[in-house]
Amino acid sequence: MKRSLPGVAGRALLLFLVPLLAACAEEYPQSTINPQSDFAAIIHSLYVSIFWWTMLILAVVWVALAWVLVKYRRKSENDQPKQIRGHLGLEIGWTVGPALIVVAIVIPTIQAVFATQRPISEDALLVEVTGHRFWWEFHYPEYGVTTANEIRLPVDRPVSLRLESADVIHSFWVPVLGGKRDLNPVPAVREGRDKKYNWLYFTPEVTGVFMGQCAEFCGESHALMAKRAIVETEAEFEAWIASWFASEGAAAPEPPEPADAEPGDALPEEVAEARPAGQDEDPRIAQGRELFMNSTCIACHAVQGTSAQGAIAPNLTLFGTRRTLASGIMENNEDNLVRWIIDPQGIKPAAAMPGVDYPGGNWPATNFSEEEVRAISAYLLSLK
Amino acid sequence: MSSVGTVTPDVHHTSHEEDTGLWSWITTVDHKRIAIMYFVTATVFFFVGGFEALLIRIQLMNPEQNLISPELYNQLFTMHGTTMIFLVAMPMAVAFFNYVVPLQIGARDVAFPRLNALSYWIFLFGGIYLNASFFVGAAPNASWVGYATLTLPEFSPGRNVDFWFIGLSILGVASIVGGVNFITTIINMRAPGMKMMRMPLFTWMTLVTSFLLITAIPVIGVALVFLGFDRLFGTVFFNPAGGGDPVLWQHLFWIFGHPEVYILILPAFGVISDVIPAFSKKPLFGYPIVVYAGILIGFIGWGVWSHHMFTVGLGPIADSFFVAATMIIAIPTGVKIFNWIATMWGGSLQFTTAMLFCVGLVAVFTVGGLSGIMHASAPVNLQQHDSYFVVAHFHYVIVGGAMMGLWAGLYYWFPKVCGRYLDETLGKWHFWTTMIGFNLTFFPMHFSGLFGMPRRIFTYSADLNVDIYNQLSTVGAFIFGLSAIIMTWNLIRSWRSGEPAPANPWGAPHLEWSIPSPPHHYNFPGIPEVRSREPLWDPKERADIEAVTMAEPEREPIMPNPSWVPICLAAAITLAWALVMTGVWWIIILGMLPVLFFTFLWAFEPAFPEGH
Repeated sequence: MKRSLPGVAGRALLLFLVPLLAACAEEYPQSTINPQSDFAAIIHSLYVSIFWWTMLILAVVWVALAWVLVKYRRKSENDQPKQIRGHLGLEIGWTVGPALIVVAIVIPTIQAVFATQRPISEDALLVEVTGHRFWWEFHYPEYGVTTANEIRLPVDRPVSLRLESADVIHSFWVPVLGGKRDLNPVPAVREGRDKKYNWLYFTPEVTGVFMGQCAEFCGESHALMAKRAIVETEAEFEAWIASWFASEGAAAPEPPEPADAEPGDALPEEVAEARPAGQDEDPRIAQGRELFMNSTCIACHAVQGTSAQGAIAPNLTLFGTRRTLASGIMENNEDNLVRWIIDPQGIKPAAAMPGVDYPGGNWPATNFSEEEVRAISAYLLSLK
Repeated sequence: MSSVGTVTPDVHHTSHEEDTGLWSWITTVDHKRIAIMYFVTATVFFFVGGFEALLIRIQLMNPEQNLISPELYNQLFTMHGTTMIFLVAMPMAVAFFNYVVPLQIGARDVAFPRLNALSYWIFLFGGIYLNASFFVGAAPNASWVGYATLTLPEFSPGRNVDFWFIGLSILGVASIVGGVNFITTIINMRAPGMKMMRMPLFTWMTLVTSFLLITAIPVIGVALVFLGFDRLFGTVFFNPAGGGDPVLWQHLFWIFGHPEVYILILPAFGVISDVIPAFSKKPLFGYPIVVYAGILIGFIGWGVWSHHMFTVGLGPIADSFFVAATMIIAIPTGVKIFNWIATMWGGSLQFTTAMLFCVGLVAVFTVGGLSGIMHASAPVNLQQHDSYFVVAHFHYVIVGGAMMGLWAGLYYWFPKVCGRYLDETLGKWHFWTTMIGFNLTFFPMHFSGLFGMPRRIFTYSADLNVDIYNQLSTVGAFIFGLSAIIMTWNLIRSWRSGEPAPANPWGAPHLEWSIPSPPHHYNFPGIPEVRSREPLWDPKERADIEAVTMAEPEREPIMPNPSWVPICLAAAITLAWALVMTGVWWIIILGMLPVLFFTFLWAFEPAFPEGH
């Protein structure tokens, strides 16, 4: 900062410059200028080059304007300025000059457009992303694993996200990993034709937990449709996959072939009945499991290796390992979970999950007491 | 006041024996009165939209606040956008078209005076209809772009979206009617010698804008009708479950939506292309280039719509085309900016409030144009789209461009409208509170956007660490609000007791300054002949013109009859559209009968007094 600047103005300017310099810091977990993937890096370098071109143009316009305003302010009522009507050379100059800058911007832009819209490699990790009001479903066909709201990715392995929406348009956006892409409800197609999905391709380059959220207005709780991307080492990722199948104990099957990897198909229901409870299990967990498995919860939710195989709400397998709750809007702990189960709409308006006073229809009614909700929470948090 | 245009002050013109009662305003077909009604109505809606903006800013001042429910917030931001575009920026520009264009081309009225009145009344009723939705708790809540499938009945079962698509359909009628009227007026009703390439830039840009209106509005009309059928009659234009495509809506919306941006900005470009020369004592630099640049912007504006859709997944070839087309449009826009600066270069600049707003426009609109170049680059767009960075961008363009230009026009033409100056001291307060409030509100949004704050959210996580930018924006918004109050106070005070202004208070060169302020209701006692682009700057030509325009006519020119049919037809059209909401076909058909009835009355009503 120049000292000549008045204190207030100086500090105001600092306020704007410091964040730009410190943008790499973890202070801005959803920053668009802190690239941690190849995709984000391409965008960022393009942004930086365009930024300087625009600053150049801005400087020219502002300096010329300031010069004119100071130099040609009216000195006397009788000023008789020369009546100049135009100048062909100047007109050509300020048409061709900007046109050249445009070319300098368009060429790398189009290169980046093509570079970022093709699959990176054959063995990319495919994740099928489905947007729901107001949560995210992540399905890994390669492993037959389904999870929600926290996408796990191994570092340095290319990723292909196949994007689709189950209802309205959403947009997948984890800025640190790259730009956004809409999740469209894909129109039905005639037999034999391929549905047209949207895709995102990138390779995460740094491990960490990155924030993201829905970037296309999707209704009442659009603001509360966040997510996390957890980029971890290959070993951690493989361990997570393995524990997904082992989560409820001994009955873990081998991962099915990708081809028949539909959620719910993974396991015959009898397995759940056969499962023994853990040795020194908290009695609340057993109570919670009992309540959960015998209520409406399982109409929509699935837990791997149990009779809960609902496929229209977030898959709760390994729920206890999730960092956040209700699509990334609050910390995953027992108190928050209890609040959420009792009154989801109080936290997230228009959320689809019914609260505890849900009458149930053909399913057993919930009507849980708070004690019972605490037991269910304990059970869900024990799913690790 | 100036050395060029010293004409005897002629404030209280005696032949101005017009009726001034309420009925005379309801039945008026005088373009000047219609302009005033447009302006006042748009200003009222400006306060409505501004109030919504302040509520939004209060809610967003701190993270994770719950002062406003998500549902109400969604209604507020939807109506803020819809109001500011369709009920403020567009009709405010139309107010200027109405007042200024006939005077600039030497016409006594527009080509279709009753249609002009019809336009206004449809706009008024459409605006009231849209806002009435608040009183039944069902204001539109699906954002101003109303993307399917969110707007389909499955996801928006309430009446909110019905109010929106019907309201916009009503307003669209007003715009198309207005566009037809101004094209006809400008092409056919110019004074002798007023060749196309002698027209003032504001008239030129009105012409270009009018063409955009009559071509772009029908596209959204089609989209809205599709949506209405999907909502009320079970068609599946946008419903993927039935083979429809929600992306179709986005194409139709933006094929309208992008020309709409130029509908908003070109009038402002026209205003400042007239105002800057007047206060620089120099003709517009590169007049033909500025005209062609305006036409080119209007034309290329048709080929760039998908730059609003880079995240939709159109594929790299489509993306590349729209990148290039969009970048190209920056060139004529830049040419205009350079020509304005060149006009001032070597001039004798007088910093009236009108001129300050022009300078302000050049300074801040450039910022909006340049951030536009950033997200015209498709990959960069993938980060900035639907973030606060874009919110900053389009407010810099629409407020820093369109509105600043119109405020420049307000201070410039106000003396013509009522024969009194707008107060310059209050005007400077208005300008500086606008500049400070506007920049403080919107500049920090670039940063909240770069740090990942999406738009259209009723709250944001404290983890994003964007509190400080939001707090600055909120403070700025209140300063900006204050500027609107200062402007209104200035308008009221100056209307009543401002300093009297002569016919040509600024020494400006165009025809509207050759007649008394305020003008006769028939504008021109005789129609002058024009010999150059700046007729009043040539002493001989000015003398010849003023011999005609300042004369007392022997007999008052015959003007069109006042008529109460336009307001009735407008009410009938609004009613017919409103009844569409019932979704019952025979009610809808019955609802059209009054439209037919008043159309017949219209056809058989004599437009001019008996015997003419």
